Amino acid sequence: MSTAPFTLDDLRRVLLEAAGADEGVDLAGDILDVHFESLGYESLALLETGSRIEREYGVALDEDLLADAQTPRALIAAVNEALGTVQQAA
Amino acid sequence: MTTSVVVTGLGIAAPNGLGTREYWEATRNGKNGIGRVTRFDPSSYPSTLAGEVPGFVAEDHLPSRLLPQTDRMTRMALVATDWALQDADIDPAELPAYDMGVVTASSSGGFEFGQNELQKLWSQGSQYVSAYQSFAWFYAVNSGQISIRNGMKGPSGVIVSDEAGGLDAVAHGRRLIRKGTPVVVSGSIDASICPWGWVAQQAAGRLTRSTEPTRAYLPFDAEASGYVPGEGGAILIMESAESARERGARVYGEISGYGSTFDPKPGSGREPALRKAIELALADADLTPGDIDVVFADAAGVPELDRIEAEALTAVFGARGVPVTAPKTMTGRLYSGAGPLDIASALLAFEEGLIPPTVHVTADDDYALDLVVDRPRQAPLRAALVVARGYGGFNSAVVVRAAG
Repeated sequence: MSTAPFTLDDLRRVLLEAAGADEGVDLAGDILDVHFESLGYESLALLETGSRIEREYGVALDEDLLADAQTPRALIAAVNEALGTVQQAA
Repeated sequence: MTTSVVVTGLGIAAPNGLGTREYWEATRNGKNGIGRVTRFDPSSYPSTLAGEVPGFVAEDHLPSRLLPQTDRMTRMALVATDWALQDADIDPAELPAYDMGVVTASSSGGFEFGQNELQKLWSQGSQYVSAYQSFAWFYAVNSGQISIRNGMKGPSGVIVSDEAGGLDAVAHGRRLIRKGTPVVVSGSIDASICPWGWVAQQAAGRLTRSTEPTRAYLPFDAEASGYVPGEGGAILIMESAESARERGARVYGEISGYGSTFDPKPGSGREPALRKAIELALADADLTPGDIDVVFADAAGVPELDRIEAEALTAVFGARGVPVTAPKTMTGRLYSGAGPLDIASALLAFEEGLIPPTVHVTADDDYALDLVVDRPRQAPLRAALVVARGYGGFNSAVVVRAAG
């Protein structure tokens, strides 16, 4: 079980594995506060992303919480809250 | 007067050639695309031969965003659509979204994707199953993904009637155009060469058990022993002749006639309904049998079914009354992809005045067919009949005519 905080780089990696990246989207860029929709990820992509985070980090993410997290910053915070780690997003 | 509907773009993925040019070059020369299955180890199965599309690397053509959510059949359909649109010189971004529709066919959905997720379900647990399983296996997924990728919001749908479905989809595309949708993406690509798909195909009892690629799929031959399955097909861009003319598009030919029927109950003693489907297609095209220059046969490779098709063809055209060919002897039967690929072959045959051959086959004289075997035959070609039958009683026929 990981006790290190879940970071933006972790999220980038999981997003790529779960749903790939759209043409014209630079995931490596400053995306912390960009809406997932603008990054090309719809609800199913986020569901798959959440499911992979749960498996990999051994946490349970609340479904409503997942649905409410509309940006990488919000999702990272939610994961860290579940992990009980301090948020260190970037 | 009904609207004339024409084909202005082709996108092909076939076992003997990826891309229209490669496919036609292979097909006119009788190049075989059948071999031992390579996508999994077939040695423990009764049938081991297939027509696999060579050299298709999805990553070379599609963004990574689409890869985790698509089966092989969808990837090939998306890429074939890109090619067909380029061929038709249509940029979907420049057209009103509701002016473009999509109707494809599917015989089995995304089997390989589904198999992978089911394996995760029973070996690792439900939390390992991809969220994309919710649609990636689904029959309608190719139409949906084509429509999303190209921003096509007009009418769309899928036809599921096994191998007849590819023709049924093209016919439905023609209907949509006649109801006012200017551009329709149609045709079909199927692909289910994976263990789960293989078992399902095996269950129908019509696959050959031959292990020799050139002696395995022999329709209308006394040694017919079943068929070899394949993957691939063709995507067609269809539009009204008027809109094609207005934008100065190159026209491959017209979808002139269509007929479909369903067979009577087995054992009823009534005549199989294939002949009727052919007659309906000819009547719809307002042509007589004498107007047809070549038939692209369904060519089941199962003696009883070959007999039914030969009897239907001789009833309509007379004994040896029309050249008949089955280029699918080079690819295997592509399920819903077969009909659209045969339509594409007919259109390409028109351009060259050349009937592609039925390979490996020695025609059984009893069938009384003028089968074009071994090598292509040159002939002036103006109209072709394409026949396709689906498991369970589906019969469909399409008449295609040359442009101009």
